[in-house]
Amino acid sequence: MINKVVQSVADALAGVKDGSTVLIGGFGSVGQPDVLIEGLIEQGAKDLVAVLNNAGVGRVGVARLMELGRVRRIVCSFPRSSDPVVFESLYREGKIELEIVPQGTLAERIRAAGAGIPAFYTATAAGTLLEQGKEAREFDGKRYVMERALKGDVALIEAWEADRWGNLVYRGSGANFNPVMAMAADLTIAQVQHIRALGELHPHMIMTPGVYVHRVVQVDRGGDWVKPEAA
Amino acid sequence: MPFTRDQMAARLAADVPEGWCVNLGIGIPTMVANHVPPEREVIFQSENGVIGMGPAPAPGQEDPWLINAGKQLITLAKGASFVGHADSFAMIRGGHIDLCVLGAFEVAENGDLANWATSENDTAPAVGGAMDLAAGAKRLWVVMEHTTKDGRPKLVERCGYPLTGLRCVRRVYTNLAVIDVTERGFVLVDLAPGVTLDELRAKSGAAIHTN
Repeated sequence: MINKVVQSVADALAGVKDGSTVLIGGFGSVGQPDVLIEGLIEQGAKDLVAVLNNAGVGRVGVARLMELGRVRRIVCSFPRSSDPVVFESLYREGKIELEIVPQGTLAERIRAAGAGIPAFYTATAAGTLLEQGKEAREFDGKRYVMERALKGDVALIEAWEADRWGNLVYRGSGANFNPVMAMAADLTIAQVQHIRALGELHPHMIMTPGVYVHRVVQVDRGGDWVKPEAA
Repeated sequence: MPFTRDQMAARLAADVPEGWCVNLGIGIPTMVANHVPPEREVIFQSENGVIGMGPAPAPGQEDPWLINAGKQLITLAKGASFVGHADSFAMIRGGHIDLCVLGAFEVAENGDLANWATSENDTAPAVGGAMDLAAGAKRLWVVMEHTTKDGRPKLVERCGYPLTGLRCVRRVYTNLAVIDVTERGFVLVDLAPGVTLDELRAKSGAAIHTN
């Protein structure tokens, strides 16, 4: 029997190694796997490379992980928020590296890794500062930049529902980076609100087939809990 | 009287025809949606994978799982759909967005856009989806104040700030005028009420042509 459901957040994060590249889903706080991020803080892995759209808010979650000195480098499109104090001070002090990547290029680099494509060309960033150090090439008279696939050792994602095969259904705008990141890591860990019986999730609703998912943990927050301030 | 921010958004919205799929950036661009009349069907796409945004939620009707690119709470229009980020940006990069509206630090007379980084602040650069939109949308319109807070022109011969995209801006809506970006450079479309061509030219850093 296939059963990817684990019983605790600690079990879900067991074995994450120092130096890992960790893909972290979410856009602002929506679809962000905050319980798994807290779990990673507890778990203790360090020297991490975090790949995520935003660089954390306040002093919790990803910001806390960075404040504890556990993140060596972030790969990010928009390291700004209503309260980016932790990232900005670490960045100014030279204590964290930043690779800034256009948002769509970030998503496509991750998708490429999940789809077995080592690199691709995009017009995004052609002729700009973010082209520097990359190969550029013309196709049909237009300039394109070569971007490399971006693979994770671990992906931390959030979905609304799962079954024991690891099939995932998202809620609202909570899919965002989660489905593409699920494809692109050696160990994909999902936190979900609800575990459903196998066969209960409608096949048309499953955006992430369980083939991409290795561990599922239910985080019970009492039904339709309201997320903290969107950032 | 020059246009207010809301009037700039309304002026731009008047030029958006029924049927377009439109991506709105953060700030004044987001206000454009408020000025498209409900009977004119325009599909608003948000880069975080929402296709078909509705108006802002009424008090008590907020859904914390529904946000736009600016992380503001939204509603869905009838016919709305969701995709993940890879598909959302495939839609953007693949030329399926009829119009993208962005703010800007500078627009050059050749259509170059600078709107993501200034050399003046020491905060980390943040590009978000601006470069993808500049490269991928079918047309890009900028809505912005005509000058900086200290009076420097934002319409320029060449951008001084790092570029977001090259030769990508087609039209600019400011508090003073609507201006097309053409092979000849900036060409006036119309002036805000009470603004003179002389005033417009005095506050611009590049030639403003007339038809």
